[in-house]
Amino acid sequence: MQIIEPLTLSGNLAIAYAVKQLDVDVVAAYPITPQTTMVEKISEYISKGELKANLLLVESEHSAISACLSAAASGARVFTSSSSQGLLLMHEILFITSALRFPVVMAIANRAVSAPINIWNDHGDIMPQRDTGWIQLFVESAQEAYDKVIQAYRIAEDDKVRLPIMINIDGIVLSHTYEPVYPISDSDVASFSPWNLYSPRLDPDNPITIGAFCYPDYYFETRYQSLKALNDSLPIISNVDKEFGELSGRSYGIVSPFKCDDADIILISMGSISMTVRAAVKKLREKGEKVGMLSLKLFRPFPSKELIRYIKNAKAIGIIDRAFSPGAVAGPVFTEVTSALYLSKMDIPSVDFFLGLGGRDVKMEDIKDIFNILKRIVKTGLIERHSYYIGLRG
Amino acid sequence: MPFKSINDIIVKQDFFSPGHGLCAGCGAAQIARIVMKVVGKDSIIINSTGCLEVSTTTYPWTAWKVPYIHVAFENAAAVASGIRSAYDALIMKKKLNKDVNVVVLAGDGGTADIGLQALSGAFERGDRITYICYDNEAYMNTGIQRSGATPYGAWTTTSPSGQRTFKKDLMGIAIAHRVKYAATASIAYLLDAANKVEKAISMNGPSFIHWLQPCTIGWRFDPKLTVKLSRLAVKTGLWPLYEYYDGAVKLTVQVPKRAPVLEYLKLQGRFRHIINNKNELVKIQSYADELAAKFGLGPVSE
Repeated sequence: MQIIEPLTLSGNLAIAYAVKQLDVDVVAAYPITPQTTMVEKISEYISKGELKANLLLVESEHSAISACLSAAASGARVFTSSSSQGLLLMHEILFITSALRFPVVMAIANRAVSAPINIWNDHGDIMPQRDTGWIQLFVESAQEAYDKVIQAYRIAEDDKVRLPIMINIDGIVLSHTYEPVYPISDSDVASFSPWNLYSPRLDPDNPITIGAFCYPDYYFETRYQSLKALNDSLPIISNVDKEFGELSGRSYGIVSPFKCDDADIILISMGSISMTVRAAVKKLREKGEKVGMLSLKLFRPFPSKELIRYIKNAKAIGIIDRAFSPGAVAGPVFTEVTSALYLSKMDIPSVDFFLGLGGRDVKMEDIKDIFNILKRIVKTGLIERHSYYIGLRG
Repeated sequence: MPFKSINDIIVKQDFFSPGHGLCAGCGAAQIARIVMKVVGKDSIIINSTGCLEVSTTTYPWTAWKVPYIHVAFENAAAVASGIRSAYDALIMKKKLNKDVNVVVLAGDGGTADIGLQALSGAFERGDRITYICYDNEAYMNTGIQRSGATPYGAWTTTSPSGQRTFKKDLMGIAIAHRVKYAATASIAYLLDAANKVEKAISMNGPSFIHWLQPCTIGWRFDPKLTVKLSRLAVKTGLWPLYEYYDGAVKLTVQVPKRAPVLEYLKLQGRFRHIINNKNELVKIQSYADELAAKFGLGPVSE
């Protein structure tokens, strides 16, 4: 086996490196902090001739996603990235990209949304995109971001899937933190995620009409097809992750449980914060406390069954939400998890913990506080509140 | 090779089929048909949301015999740029070998208003696309609301007492971007129009055609008058036919003796409330005179 030295890369640069190896054809993007260094690096690869691609420097994120959609519709392998307000500006076209079934891959350096304007990390930008029909992956490290970009093209371009994918990396925390990243070789990338000229596409020799007008007699069925494709993609996403593990030694699962088997209390999280949670669980386990955690790697399609398998024996469950869903029953992740529990006929006390909004630091102590609240619930059998705002002043 | 007669155009193969749902007398259908005859098989059509889109692509039918894509209202130019970029990249990387014409058909709302930002981006980047705006001077698909291209005085459902501003100068905007080629067109001057489309697709950069499209419903006229109104718009000087190429503007159809604007206005219900209003008529006539002076048209002949 060929030995490859680690590179020292930020999350953004790790993704750019993968994009280069994947021999992407068209990159369309618009600058927004903290996504910018990703596209800057790709621009450098292109200008040095290390990546043969067209860089479409558009006048807005709306045009970036529109151009990616149509470039993919022409048969090209495409990439874009965004954050926060930029992602919100793309919102309209995200629905169309998934419904028209084009394999656009987008990396998102997750960032808080305005107002007030804030450039730091939370999940306020991605949660409004829940219903856009995209596959949505969350990662914990630059290495995982790199690995997932390679997997994303394989999944998105699979004839049985043909859906766009978002890879979410926490802004600043992952996008700008440098870590050792072990790449796989260019030839391994090419054989793991090979590009093929797919059909149907915009091809004068086989003309088709894309984006037709649908009356009520066909709309329902058409939307259902996209829904079904997204739901059916779950085992494919899982298998690609496993296969990548066989190639690279790194596999993450669509859910990543830690010490869940005998845990009375389980805390569920997404993204880089999971590393802090995992570290807290380790410390508490040293003290003999029966705690565990689970990191959700896939948010759409939501891995209900896989999640339930690991949490079904818990006596209390905490869910970390890093975005509000104003006026809703609870935060977006909490709502998903408790719906999954309900459908599995499980009544496990569950509490929603809002924290880390707008880049507010989340310390080990905060996570320990959360476990203490959950411990109290197990002990007393009483749920005082269904939601907590950790570290909120005033 | 430029077209020498109408017959040279008519004999060309149709790639826009009959049987679509556009109104009798709709100028957009005539524009689409002629454009398709000129651009031919190896073309990809991008259509912004609008009358032309909803009436020609009612699933499971389509009027388009070439690849066609509609994504949304405001992004036709960006969609075109993505296709251009993809074909250029795939040809550069020897993954494809045949090039295509990338041609946008978009209404005035999708061009002058909601789509202007994306269009400006495509022009500024120099993307090799042909953008054709069929201008019916209001949001006809949603029920005749005023747009930035609605002419002074015109009734629409959202300007019930008449539009208070003059049309946005789309050609001026295109030319300010130093596009490779820009031209106005009219369905009453088919030879002129077809040659402009032919020139536009041959450019090594962005090209723009601004095509006046009489709308029977929104302008309130008898469907048989579509071509006549197109001609009168040119004859009055309200729609001068010219082209911009290589830094110079050139008139392509001279009007030695202009008709008074009233000739054009009085055939349309949308101007009914002003045809007896002298002040309003003077304003519109002065606007036509200004255009005539700018482009070198002849004087008004009663």
